[in-house]
Amino acid sequence: MENLHFVLPEIFLSLSIMFLLILGVFKKDSSILIHNISLIVLLISAVIIFNEIIEIEKIYLFNGSIVIDYLSSFMKIITLLAAFIVLAISKSYLKIIKILKIEYPILILSSILGMMIMISSNDLIVFYMGLELQSLALYVLATFNRNNLKSSEAGLKYFVLSALSSGLLLYGCSLIYGFSGSTNFDTIAVQLNSNEYALTFGIVFILVGLAFKISAVPFHMWAPDVYEGSPTTVTLFFTMVPKIAALTVFIRFLYVPFLNLIDQWQMILVFLSIASMLFGAIAAIGQTNIKRLIAYSSIGHIGYALAGLASSSNDGIQSSIMYITIYVIMNLGLFSCLLMMKRNNEYYENLEDLSGISKHHPLLSLSLLIILFSLAGIPPLAGFFAKFYIFKAVIEQSMYFLAIVGLLSTVVAAFYYLRIIKIIYFDPEKEKYDQNHSPWLKFSLTFSTILILFYFIFPSQLVEIVSRINII
Amino acid sequence: MIDIGLGHYLTLGAIIFSIGVIGIFLNRKNIIVILMSIELILLAVNINLVAFSIYLNDLSGQIFTLFILTVAAAEAAIGLAIIVVYFRNSGTIRVEEIDKLKG
Repeated sequence: MENLHFVLPEIFLSLSIMFLLILGVFKKDSSILIHNISLIVLLISAVIIFNEIIEIEKIYLFNGSIVIDYLSSFMKIITLLAAFIVLAISKSYLKIIKILKIEYPILILSSILGMMIMISSNDLIVFYMGLELQSLALYVLATFNRNNLKSSEAGLKYFVLSALSSGLLLYGCSLIYGFSGSTNFDTIAVQLNSNEYALTFGIVFILVGLAFKISAVPFHMWAPDVYEGSPTTVTLFFTMVPKIAALTVFIRFLYVPFLNLIDQWQMILVFLSIASMLFGAIAAIGQTNIKRLIAYSSIGHIGYALAGLASSSNDGIQSSIMYITIYVIMNLGLFSCLLMMKRNNEYYENLEDLSGISKHHPLLSLSLLIILFSLAGIPPLAGFFAKFYIFKAVIEQSMYFLAIVGLLSTVVAAFYYLRIIKIIYFDPEKEKYDQNHSPWLKFSLTFSTILILFYFIFPSQLVEIVSRINII
Repeated sequence: MIDIGLGHYLTLGAIIFSIGVIGIFLNRKNIIVILMSIELILLAVNINLVAFSIYLNDLSGQIFTLFILTVAAAEAAIGLAIIVVYFRNSGTIRVEEIDKLKG
C-alpha cells in the first residue's frame, strides 16, 4: 500500500464532503461559506493531481481495481477545473432564483467524486459504484429548483431513464462477468474467448448504458427535456462534466478489455456517431429555446467525439480527448452568455430574447459570435481544429463514409448557428439587459472567448499534452 | 426430477429482466410502477450474478450483488423523493400527464 498517496485526491474530496455536510447542519446560514470552501476543495484536489502526474507507467491500486495513469490524471484535472468554473459562476444565479442552499456545492462535489472514481476504474464493480455515485447526485441536482414544475419534471425524467440505463449496463456487466470469469478489466482481456456469443451481448448492453449517459442517438430522448427543465447552471454542468467522465470510461472499457473484439463494437460506435451527428444537426433547426438548442447541439458534438473513438487508433482517441476539451471550453462561453441575459432579476432563455442585442451589448454579442462560429467549426477558431483532428484521424483509418457524413452534418449544423448570429445582429432590438454581472461570469466569458480566438497561435500546446496519452 | 443448472437461472434472470424493461415502456398509468420495474431489472441482474458466482466458484459476483442491493436502496429512496416533489408541484403522477417539457 505504499502507493496509497495516488488516491489522495479522492480521499481528500470524500472527507471534505462529509466535513461540509456536518458544517452545513450545525452552522446556520452557511450556504455562501460552504460554496467558497467547495471552490477551494476543488482547486486543491486539482493541484494534488497536478503534482503527481505520471508520465509513462501505469499504477494499479487495490488489487488492480483502480488504475492511475496519464489519461486519468488529465481527465480528472479537466473535470475538476470545469466543475470549479461551474460552481464559481453558479453563485449569483442561484441567489437570484432563490435556491442558494448548502446542498448544491455538496452535490456537485459528490458527483465529481463519482466521476473521478469512474475515470480511474479498472474493474466493473468500481466502475459501477462510481457511475451510481455520480448519477444519484445528478438526479437531485436536476430537481434542485424543487418548487418549479419544470425542474421537478426534468429530474423525474432523468431519474427514470438513467436508472433504466444503469439497469441495462448492469445486465451487461453480469454477462461479461459470467462469461469471462472476472470483473477486472485486465483479467477479462486475458481470459477473453472471442467466440462467445454472450460476451457480444454484454458489450452491447454496456454500450447502450454508456450511450444513455453521454446522450448519443438513439438514446438521447432525455437530454433536451432535462436540459430545458433544470436550472441553467445545472444544465451547464450536465453538458460538460459527466460527458468527460463517460468518454473516459468509453475509452477504458473498449480499448482495455475488448480490444480484440473490435470488429464487433466498431460498427456500433460508427452507427452511434453517424446517428448523433445527423440528428443533432437536423433536430436543432426548429428549436426556439436556447437550452433545448444547446442540448441538440451537444448531441451532435458527442457524435464527433465518438467518431474519433470509432477509428480504433491512438490518434483517434487523442483527437476525441482534444475534441471534448475544446467542446467544454466552447460550452462554458456559450452558457456564460446565456447567464448574462438577465433583466430585473429574471433570466431569459428563448432565441427571440437575443434579438438585436448587438445594439446595446456589442462586447457580449461579439464573444457570442466568436463562440458560435467556433461551434460551427469555422477556421481559424478552436472548434475548427477540434473537428480537423477528428476528421484527420478518421480518414487515416480510411473510414471515408464516416468522414463524409461528419462534414455534411457540420454544414447543416452551421445553418442554425448562423441563424442565431443573424438574430443577434440583424433583428429589431429589444430592451437592454442588466450589466451588473458577477466577476466570475465575466472572467469565464473572457477566458473562454480568448482561448477559442487565439487557439490557432499555439495549437501545439494541447496537442503535445494529449499526445502523451497512449492506450493501445 | 430435473437438475436445475446455470441455464435455468440465466433464463429466469432474462425473463425477469425483460418483464422489467417492458414494464417501463408499456406502462401508461403510474410512475410507481416504473420504480417497481427498475427494481425488477436490478433483481434480475442479482440472480444472474449469484448464479454465475456459484458456477464459477468465485466470490466477486456475490460481492457485486451486495453492492447492487445497497445502491438499489439508495436509488429507490431518491426516486421516491423526486416523485413526491413532482407530485407537490403538479398534483398528478400519471405517466401520460408528464408532458410539460416538449418541443
